Amino acid sequence: MILVERLAKRFGAVQALHDISFSALDGRITGLLGANGAGKSTTLRIVSTMLQADQGSVRVDDIDGSSNPLAVRAKLGVLPHASGLYPNLTARENIRYFGSLNGLDASTIEHRITDWVARLEMNEIIDRRTKGFSHGQKLKVALARALIHAPRNVILDEPTSGLDVGATRALRDLIRGLRDQGCCVVLSSHIMQEVSALCDDIVIVARGRVVHSGTPEQILAGTGAANMEEAFMRASQEVAP
Amino acid sequence: MKSVFGIIATVFRKEVLENIRERRTLLSAFLFVPLIGPVTFALMTAFIVDRVVGEADERLRLPVIGAQHAPNLLAFAVENGATVVKLDIDATAARALIAKGTENFVLIVSPEVGKQLRDGEPAEIELITDSTNNKAQRHVGRMRGIVGAYSDKVGRLRLLARGIDPTVIEPFELRTSDIATPSGRAVALLGTLTYFLLFSLLMGGMYLAIDVTAGERERGSLESLLCLPVSRAALVFGKIGATMLFMVLSLCITLTALLISVQFLPLHKLGMSANFGIVVALKIAAVMLPMSMLGAALFFVVGSFTRTYREAQTWIGLVLAIPTLPIVFASVLNVRPSIQLMLIPSMSQHLIATNLLRGDAVDPAHIAVSVLSTLAAGLILLWIATRLYDREKLLG
Repeated sequence: MILVERLAKRFGAVQALHDISFSALDGRITGLLGANGAGKSTTLRIVSTMLQADQGSVRVDDIDGSSNPLAVRAKLGVLPHASGLYPNLTARENIRYFGSLNGLDASTIEHRITDWVARLEMNEIIDRRTKGFSHGQKLKVALARALIHAPRNVILDEPTSGLDVGATRALRDLIRGLRDQGCCVVLSSHIMQEVSALCDDIVIVARGRVVHSGTPEQILAGTGAANMEEAFMRASQEVAP
Repeated sequence: MKSVFGIIATVFRKEVLENIRERRTLLSAFLFVPLIGPVTFALMTAFIVDRVVGEADERLRLPVIGAQHAPNLLAFAVENGATVVKLDIDATAARALIAKGTENFVLIVSPEVGKQLRDGEPAEIELITDSTNNKAQRHVGRMRGIVGAYSDKVGRLRLLARGIDPTVIEPFELRTSDIATPSGRAVALLGTLTYFLLFSLLMGGMYLAIDVTAGERERGSLESLLCLPVSRAALVFGKIGATMLFMVLSLCITLTALLISVQFLPLHKLGMSANFGIVVALKIAAVMLPMSMLGAALFFVVGSFTRTYREAQTWIGLVLAIPTLPIVFASVLNVRPSIQLMLIPSMSQHLIATNLLRGDAVDPAHIAVSVLSTLAAGLILLWIATRLYDREKLLG
């Protein structure tokens, strides 16, 4: 479970986050929806302890992020927006490296890699060097790498961007699978259809503030809109520039 | 969670594995750079040997106008390694030849010389040369030696003919003891070796240092790595450790290549013996070892400010010059080792290595100060590197 309370963050002259609060529950997919630059990535980076908030707090499974970042990171599986691989290592070595840094022993790592290979259909690529992999292939490896330690909380920053239809569908199935296992999944997207198709709870972010949050039904009711697209547009306009 | 040492070891192994697979890094660190030193050194030595040995064997060209007036002098010159070239021109034409550089000098023997010699008066021989021509002056020096020796010989004969011991005109005798050891003479040449050694040490780790800093960032793998439950200092130590390994390996390959090439170089023809065997090579490697931490941490610090491989290459290339500056300074000014100079990293390694090559004793206190000061500088840079990896700006 991830609890975010009243986050504020400034980069020089830019106030990136004004006031961000939401809670992401176990066994649910929570989507951060917002235009580019709304503050989604900054929020997720604070949650993953890459950045320190100026104000507010983040608790992951009841551990405070600013006072105990290592313990929080151990609870998290993070797929950042830029998740490059090591081109001179094979897919297996890429995943193994992260497994080892997460403190897993060698046999656990190999077992889990076998699981992930089956789950993401990586048979043909697992022992190839990742140089020259397609975007979809890279994402599969990056996902397995981020989740090799079987974290209970999963953060995915714009996971579907740049993926073709087939890969997007496979990724959605995977995310739903994680939810069904009881994981707390938080993902960000600027694509509304994406969020409404996948998420149980939606947090609409605009100009560094949460303007609406709740289930899709609650958001439609709250904004009085007929569909999510309209709801998103209305919610975004509620925040004056 | 994994222990700090376990993390350092994991990062170290991964960086080494990844860079061993990178052909550019591998060839540069373990082939091209280690060969630059021995090849340059061999060429320089061959060139110098060729010049020195060539000069000694070469006969002195002795152009003379009026050669028929001094047959005995010229016969003496021929006996002493000169080839007399009889010219049938006047003084003006001779000057023109020297101005053009066709001849280094020309001697003009006056027709009066025979009479002057018989009368016991100084016999005049005119020398035409250009004193600004350095190359010509070496030949002039040899010629002066020959003419001087003949002049001495004739002078002694005259004294003997008058019943006087020739030693009366030698009130002083200058006895010279040259303490230059054979290997001491080689040091001017071997001094350049320390430069190559330091260069190969640093270059050996350069591409790896770029890869683990700017490379990790450019590929977009940095953020994923930092999201792991490991301390950033451990990541930094693993990466710097891998850089140090490449640096030390490059140094060892260079030393081995030099050890082998020195055996084949005709250093003895220069009257020098390189005091450069396995023991000295090991000692030099040990003295240079602390530089690997300093160099690796320095490159890492510079690399963590850069965003792309190319940017890092430019900056680290510039920084590479810094540790070599004290060596240039020391060899140009012919600096002697002192305890204060041992505080300067790279200068101290150069001075100690040069002493080892010279076969001189090295003060253990000098080695201690050199090792400690270099390690201290390396630790400071290491600390800065870990601080830099705690910055939020790192993600950019």
